[in-house]
Amino acid sequence: MDGHREGRKRNRVGGLEGVKRMVTIKELPKEEYLLKGHAACAGCGPSIALRLLFKALGNSVILAVPACCTTVIQGQYPYTSAAVPLQNILFESTAAAASGIVAALHQRKLEGITVVGWAGDGGTVDIGIQALSGAAERETDFIYICYDNEAYGNTGMQRSGATPYGAWTTTTPSGKRERKKDMPLIMAAHRIPYVATACPSYPIDFVNKLRKAKDIKGTKYIHILAPCPTGWRYDASKTVELGRLAAQTGLWALYEIEYGKFQLNSPSDRLVDKAKRKPVKEYLQLQGRFRNVTDDDVNRIQQWVDEDWERYRKMASNSASDSALYGKI
Amino acid sequence: MTQMIIDTANHLAGYAAKMAKVKVVAAYPITPQTTVVEKIAEFVESGQMDAEYIRVESEHSAMVACIAAAATGVRTFTATSAHGLALMHEALHWAAGSRLPVVMAVVNRAMGAPWSIWSDFSDSLSQRDTGWIQFYCADNQEVFDTVIQAYKLCEDEKVFLPAMVCLEGFILSHTYMPVRIPGQKEIDGFLPAYKSGWILDVNRPLSHANLVSPEWYMEFRYMIQEAMENAKKLIPKIDKEYGERFGSEYGGLVEKYKCEDADLILVTMGTMGSDAKIAVDGLRKDGLKVGSARVRVFRPFPVEEIAKLAENAQMFATIDRHISFGMEGFLATELKASTFNQKDAPMFAGFIAGLGGRDVTSETIEKIAKKSLKWMGTGKAEKETVWVDLRE
Repeated sequence: MDGHREGRKRNRVGGLEGVKRMVTIKELPKEEYLLKGHAACAGCGPSIALRLLFKALGNSVILAVPACCTTVIQGQYPYTSAAVPLQNILFESTAAAASGIVAALHQRKLEGITVVGWAGDGGTVDIGIQALSGAAERETDFIYICYDNEAYGNTGMQRSGATPYGAWTTTTPSGKRERKKDMPLIMAAHRIPYVATACPSYPIDFVNKLRKAKDIKGTKYIHILAPCPTGWRYDASKTVELGRLAAQTGLWALYEIEYGKFQLNSPSDRLVDKAKRKPVKEYLQLQGRFRNVTDDDVNRIQQWVDEDWERYRKMASNSASDSALYGKI
Repeated sequence: MTQMIIDTANHLAGYAAKMAKVKVVAAYPITPQTTVVEKIAEFVESGQMDAEYIRVESEHSAMVACIAAAATGVRTFTATSAHGLALMHEALHWAAGSRLPVVMAVVNRAMGAPWSIWSDFSDSLSQRDTGWIQFYCADNQEVFDTVIQAYKLCEDEKVFLPAMVCLEGFILSHTYMPVRIPGQKEIDGFLPAYKSGWILDVNRPLSHANLVSPEWYMEFRYMIQEAMENAKKLIPKIDKEYGERFGSEYGGLVEKYKCEDADLILVTMGTMGSDAKIAVDGLRKDGLKVGSARVRVFRPFPVEEIAKLAENAQMFATIDRHISFGMEGFLATELKASTFNQKDAPMFAGFIAGLGGRDVTSETIEKIAKKSLKWMGTGKAEKETVWVDLRE
């Protein structure tokens, strides 16, 4: 056990200190590996995140992509908008595909290639959770990114396990009656070295998290809240604003769990005090999908957010015990 | 240097994967496949085999990991049975559609419900239309030889398709037989380094398997059909070359035994082919002109060879260790389809036998042959499908 722990420490190339942190957006590389002419909807949150992913990791990347919006975004044969090798693969099998790629690269002794699983919320929290859990348990060396638009977007907005309470979808026409699955903490329970949440409205935070993940050996999981104007029913010009409101209301907390150590990131680190958080109503009322929520629903959602933050507060203030809970070191 | 060993077919499938220098194995345990992957785990952990063994959490992931590893430029292997194969179904299509030369041992087991761990072909034959080449073996030597041959075939640029090497659970999987194992150098001389049609390469990025419009999809399917036709031509050549080098030859697509002058030809797959040969010898002693044709490759189906056999024979009797509910055994259907356009096509009777591991002995087969010969004499089969030894 100790040897394993030591090994983990040695493998920790990056860490907060080790990685060159980007401070301003101007530092983003000019290179584009998500090419022009892709087929995303106007204002698509996931496509912003995909562009940032390539900018953060460069082109020494192999991507495994299941059935999801990116199947459409990349374009139809014989065209593609991805300037990196991209393996389209079955809906439930992103992490299994990544496992095969990682194993083959290792056998071929090819180093310096980052393997990324890039999947939607349905492909992650529902149909793909088994393969992802297996790959994480096997300590597969790859980055898994769930871009979460909180429904099955590609098939026309059906309810997923990541759809929040109260949200209209085509399969919950009167609003979902159950809460969103807390996938990042499910992944943290696998004691993987790095779990983070992100949002394309905070590109610097996202890019820094990707770069940190790239330098850590083992399974890295990043869950992005990716606003979707088509499915959430808001004006396509407001994607960045929606993401910011999600963070500012506390509905989406930006944090990372590095080797078991929980840490809130900006701007969420300033929102532990309830008084600093905007009321959830400000976020909900901008979206047509929440048109049918009642005042009771809003109060319930607000209460859940406040409870979540009590949990975050405890996790942040007692990262030593969190380490024991979630991490192997 | 050739070595003689006594071992089970499952272990020999493992030996073959090792000697084919497989680089990635992804597998999930299921009875009766387990001893294949246990043997490989032993090889990998003892350093006898330089490969990554991904202990996946399901057969679906096993196949996907093999697909992705094959796409990343290495030779891959897996093994499964019955429900594991059924769980892979979606990924089997993906492997063939991706034109990746994955090789898999299928240790045949009957499908539930009810649970059965014993053999029949209902698992692999249910995967008939996935675009996989399917071999069916009659003994342990053939299992070893066919795995090696399958890589040579699948990695040929005229083919680039995956293949399953099927062997019956327990009848072969756990049965010890003496087998010749060629030396590593000799195998290397027969089987070149891994080759695939395309690769995930950061220096030459491509998106693979992205959305294809109706404008192009049919052409991709046609290319798979062409590859199957090419495989049909290559299999006998590879079988012959292997035989010249290592001494075992299986007649390419169909192993024929005393068919030249036969009035009745018994058509089987797998181990029933061995029992059929014994039955033929017995019947010949009684002066009955019976031959045996063991279909070794079910996909691509050897239509032309069957048609050729039909020219001289008066009757075919198929013995299917499988039933396509609502119709008949697959072998029966394919056989009739292969001779449909022929003038004076032979008479036909189909027999269903050995489901869920029920024993099919040479005596069973003699009985089938005698019933067929009786019908041949009257010029009419009383039944087109007969369930053999069925409790009434």
